[in-house]
Amino acid sequence: MCESCGCSITPRTGPAEVAVLTRLLADNDVTAAHNRAHFDDWGVLAVNLMSAPGAGKTALLEATIPALRDCRIGVIEGDLETENDAARIRAHGVPAVQITTGTACHLDAAMVHEALHEMDLRALDLLFVENVGNLVCPAAFDLGQHRNVVLLSMTEGDDKPAKYPVMFRAADLVLITKTDLAPMLDDFSVERASAALRRIGSEAPVINISARRGEGIERWLAWLRAERAARHAAAAAG
Amino acid sequence: MHELSVCRALLREAMRAAGAEGPPLRSVTVRIGPLSGVDAGLLARAWPTLSAADLLIEAAPLRVSCEACGTESAVTPQDLTCRACGDWRTRLLGGDELLLVRIGLEAEDAHV
Ligand SMILES: Nc1nc2c(ncn2[C@@H]2O[C@H](COP(=O)(O)OP(=O)(O)O)[C@@H](O)[C@H]2O)c(=O)[nH]1
Ligand SMILES: [Mg+2]
Ligand SMILES: [Zn+2]
Ligand SMILES: [Zn+2]
Ligand SMILES: [Zn+2]
Repeated sequence: MCESCGCSITPRTGPAEVAVLTRLLADNDVTAAHNRAHFDDWGVLAVNLMSAPGAGKTALLEATIPALRDCRIGVIEGDLETENDAARIRAHGVPAVQITTGTACHLDAAMVHEALHEMDLRALDLLFVENVGNLVCPAAFDLGQHRNVVLLSMTEGDDKPAKYPVMFRAADLVLITKTDLAPMLDDFSVERASAALRRIGSEAPVINISARRGEGIERWLAWLRAERAARHAAAAAG
Repeated sequence: MHELSVCRALLREAMRAAGAEGPPLRSVTVRIGPLSGVDAGLLARAWPTLSAADLLIEAAPLRVSCEACGTESAVTPQDLTCRACGDWRTRLLGGDELLLVRIGLEAEDAHV
């Protein structure tokens, strides 16, 4: 799928003076920008899903795919905890590529770029990347996505945004998941979680969602559709 | 965590700055903000597995500017609200950086 670009991402080189104040992840950023150009070439909205292990990323995708019939979805599966996540997604009839990188604690732009070679972007409107279950490093690596969605499950505690400010500051949307468990968890307060989010300077909207019971799914789909529309408008404007 | 890959990137950038034919690295100075996502202690521990050069770490301060009242405050990663008026709509002035600041080279004490 890289016939136009040939994918020759040449490392930036230059005179030694330029090296002062070099961003260490500059190489990753170059590849991420390249990925984003691929998405934009084909009008695909790319959404990066991040969370602690087991917060419900794959379950969310499994609930989203059948509900979002008006959208051609593809998934890049980077969650290494469970090898069968891609198979779980394919069972819903959408293309899924599993990234297998051993014990990596995050995805980087090069891994996603490689996975893109197995994905026909022309046939997609929306690409989800399910990142490695980890609230620390995935936030530091741009993959070329347009939007970051961070999932916080009710079983994890409402103080997570304060404990992982880098991750939660990266969020364009925060989903509080497994809300069907709320009656059993009297110590999780959505208000406290939202307040912690504001305290770290995040403006991200918060949606309460239960992949199991369907609560909040409509609001989540509405957010996705609005983002799709925004992407289309941006593409039309050039 | 990914401190080892950050060390690799750091070494790569430092070698690039030194030049292919350049003298060996004596020291590498990196600046890390509390919101960079990188732990300075883990970085310092990972570095010697890759390079014999000294790793010098500068901690960057976390500062925000308030969109409401314009005050600049020193803040913590858990609480980026304005210290003057309490508003949460602040803009980050610094503290998320992860930068190669300078390298020291063997032989002449060349700072690039
Ligand atoms: N009660 C409840 N459990 C859920 C929900 N979503 C996911 N789970 C469970 O949480 C566990 C981890 O879910 P999974 O989607 O694999 O998490 P991931 O690691 O973030 O992909 C599984 O046992 C799911 O059945 C939900 O909405 N409600
Ligand atoms: Mg998963
Ligand atoms: Zn490419
Ligand atoms: Zn990592
Ligand atoms: Zn203020």
